[in-house]
Amino acid sequence: MARIVVVTSGKGGVGKTTTSAAIATGLAQRGHRTAVIDFDVGLRNLDLIMGCERRVVYDFVNVINGDANLKQALIRDKRVENLYILPASQTRDKEALTEDGVERVLGEMAEEFDYIICDSPAGIERGALMAAYHADEAVVVTNPEVSSVRDSDRILGILASKTRKVEQGGDPMPGRLLLTRYSPERVERGEMLSIEDVGDILAIDLLGVIPESQAVLNASNAGQPVILDAESDAGQAYDDAVGRFLGEDRPLRFVDVPKRGFFGRLFGG
Amino acid sequence: MGIFDYFRQPRQKSANVAKERLQIIVARERAARSGPDYLPAMQQELLQVIRKYVEVDDDAVQMNVDREGDCEVLELNITLPDHEDGTG
Repeated sequence: MARIVVVTSGKGGVGKTTTSAAIATGLAQRGHRTAVIDFDVGLRNLDLIMGCERRVVYDFVNVINGDANLKQALIRDKRVENLYILPASQTRDKEALTEDGVERVLGEMAEEFDYIICDSPAGIERGALMAAYHADEAVVVTNPEVSSVRDSDRILGILASKTRKVEQGGDPMPGRLLLTRYSPERVERGEMLSIEDVGDILAIDLLGVIPESQAVLNASNAGQPVILDAESDAGQAYDDAVGRFLGEDRPLRFVDVPKRGFFGRLFGG
Repeated sequence: MGIFDYFRQPRQKSANVAKERLQIIVARERAARSGPDYLPAMQQELLQVIRKYVEVDDDAVQMNVDREGDCEVLELNITLPDHEDGTG
């Protein structure tokens, strides 16, 4: 039976799709059969980040409507074994994700996969609620910035009440924080909320901290999940996050300003 | 304030301002989420009643619901202006 994970944030543009692609790829690299689903009906993007945009034939809504079966719609990643992508539909019909349909497709996928990563759209509308409803746990992607933190708290409120588990009398799903676009230099200057600040406010466990990194844009330009750029800081930070997700003990990296020597301070500017 | 105080008191860092603002708004929104559905409407009506007698700000009425065992306690705070005659 698969573990269903929703990657969510409330606010747009904080790195949900980048994170979904990286976590799904990281899980597959470790040999887990993994699928990543784009829930953003109307605005398909995961396919671009995963670099499979030209291989999309059928999409999530096609499978829900019975126009295609799962095997036809799932795109097998060419770089990493055990990794499959289910792209979003570009229909403008926001009602296309029916509750029954999503449940049926996830149920079918749960028999095939170890992990199903649901890339939630921004906002708190239907797509976001659908992505969260069936999840066993959540990764809340947050930037160290006021509107993102506030929206994450809002999403945590929704995760605590509007999921299938809660409606059936179960416990709210555990949500873990992934702090992205973190700049230790700006934190040290007092210009950016620190890990501790965001942790104090949201009061959830920390899954990881991804530094602000040029590697992320380079990766999306190329259609390569950034975790495959194993040399990069962001790639390594995502790899740490995947390790922690699987219960490994990984110390935080890239969260402190590198110490400079006397000459570095003198000439570093 | 002497010239040395100027050097000793740096401007408040923007991250601290951000954290304080967030703590306030997040606490308020959590309280609104966890309370009964009628709280916002009741808050507005109370505000109208109070304004029949005293001119108060929009945020003069603060409500909070606490649970203590089986008992729910509705806490109501009304902030009156410092000077009722409005002379400041």
